[in-house]
Amino acid sequence: MLKSRIIPCLDVKDGRVVKGVKFQNLRDAGCPVELSQHYQQQGADEIVVLDVSATREARLAMLDTIENIRRRISIPLTVGGGVGSVEDAGRLLGSGADKVSVNSAAVKDPELIARLSTRFGAQCTVLAIDAKRIQDSAPDQRWMVVTRSGTQEEPLDAATWSKKVQQLGAGEILLTSFDRDGTRSGYDLDLLRAVTSTTSLPVIASGGADSVEHMVEAFNSGAHAVLAASIFHDADTTVEKVKRKLADAGINVRMGADS
Amino acid sequence: MVSIIDTGVANIRSLQASFDRLGQPWQLTTASESILDSDYVVLPGVGAFGAAVEQIDRLGIRNSITGRIESGKPTLCICLGMQLLCSSSLEAPGAHGLGIIPSQIVRLPDHVQVPQLGWNTVAPARRTTAYFEAGEAYFANSFCLDSVPDDWNHAVTEYGCRFVSSFWRGRVLACQFHPELSGAWGENVIENWLAGTPIECGGQR
Repeated sequence: MLKSRIIPCLDVKDGRVVKGVKFQNLRDAGCPVELSQHYQQQGADEIVVLDVSATREARLAMLDTIENIRRRISIPLTVGGGVGSVEDAGRLLGSGADKVSVNSAAVKDPELIARLSTRFGAQCTVLAIDAKRIQDSAPDQRWMVVTRSGTQEEPLDAATWSKKVQQLGAGEILLTSFDRDGTRSGYDLDLLRAVTSTTSLPVIASGGADSVEHMVEAFNSGAHAVLAASIFHDADTTVEKVKRKLADAGINVRMGADS
Repeated sequence: MVSIIDTGVANIRSLQASFDRLGQPWQLTTASESILDSDYVVLPGVGAFGAAVEQIDRLGIRNSITGRIESGKPTLCICLGMQLLCSSSLEAPGAHGLGIIPSQIVRLPDHVQVPQLGWNTVAPARRTTAYFEAGEAYFANSFCLDSVPDDWNHAVTEYGCRFVSSFWRGRVLACQFHPELSGAWGENVIENWLAGTPIECGGQR
């Protein structure tokens, strides 16, 4: 049986981990290399690093950060943010990423997913979907895809898009609720159910985690992994404590010591 | 020196980082002599069975890999590297694997999500000496091996079916999982393989 994964996420800007609310008002949350190592020691199953830098210089500097994280950790590392081509992905993999996440560029050019998957394999190709709720009332709830850090609305239904990206060769979906990001009000479970019932790809739930209960809800709504940033960066809790509580709640997590 | 066979497509930064942390020098190679003569050789693998077999034959290193393994020199085969030791794979019908294990690689069952992506339990199939105790390892595979001959030790994992997640004999170790991405447990597997000191393990839980 595959374990349910707990994935701390580091949004990195100009070499520092930052965290905002609904992708805005970023504040400093630490050093990406130290935090990655720290989270592995606590029992993280994987690390996701998203480059939220705006400049080309910062993006190139990011490659050094990835190399330094790779030197320290021996769990999978997914890197995304600004990946626009097979060459971009190749550079990140060459620096030590194990998987590459694409978002805006794939919306603009869906065939990019197929090119990445052919070149590096589906297991390497993560598709990040940022979804914003547009129709709130059941039974006709819908979410649209947003890109460019949530600033651009795309004429694309999130569930439909998740099916398309599977056909194109993506191996995993990183699904972020724009409405819940950084709000600590829980994952958008309706969104999660809408996507996991449409695609058979593993889905990582992201956006809104504040408690172990939220994570249990996400796993019970079809998530294969949960991503969280705020609750781990703010040292409210540790990955280890979260996993122990998840195990008590009947979720099958990896409990191996990693210190 | 560890010689990592460079098949050109595998992403091997994580593997190199593991050897660096263990203080073990490594080099990339595509040369028959170093594959035959190195203290240690790793056959890594990401990518497709057919393309990897083609690459091995293009480089002319088929006989050096099989020769090395048959003589029992320290060799670690990871993920697709493990599958390449078999005769063939349903991933690429017609492509000839290295044939050390006379089995065909098959697809994971339809009723589970493919690729298998994440952590799963690896347990030696019987009480034996092994390079690891039962533990949790990171997998990224769509295809698997269902059996090995009795003269190889093996470990099993459940994912829609029971498959062979590792097999070993003497200093030759093959893993479907990625030890270099399996945290402290995985690093310990690499360390035990380098040291050549298999441990007594209790068999399947």
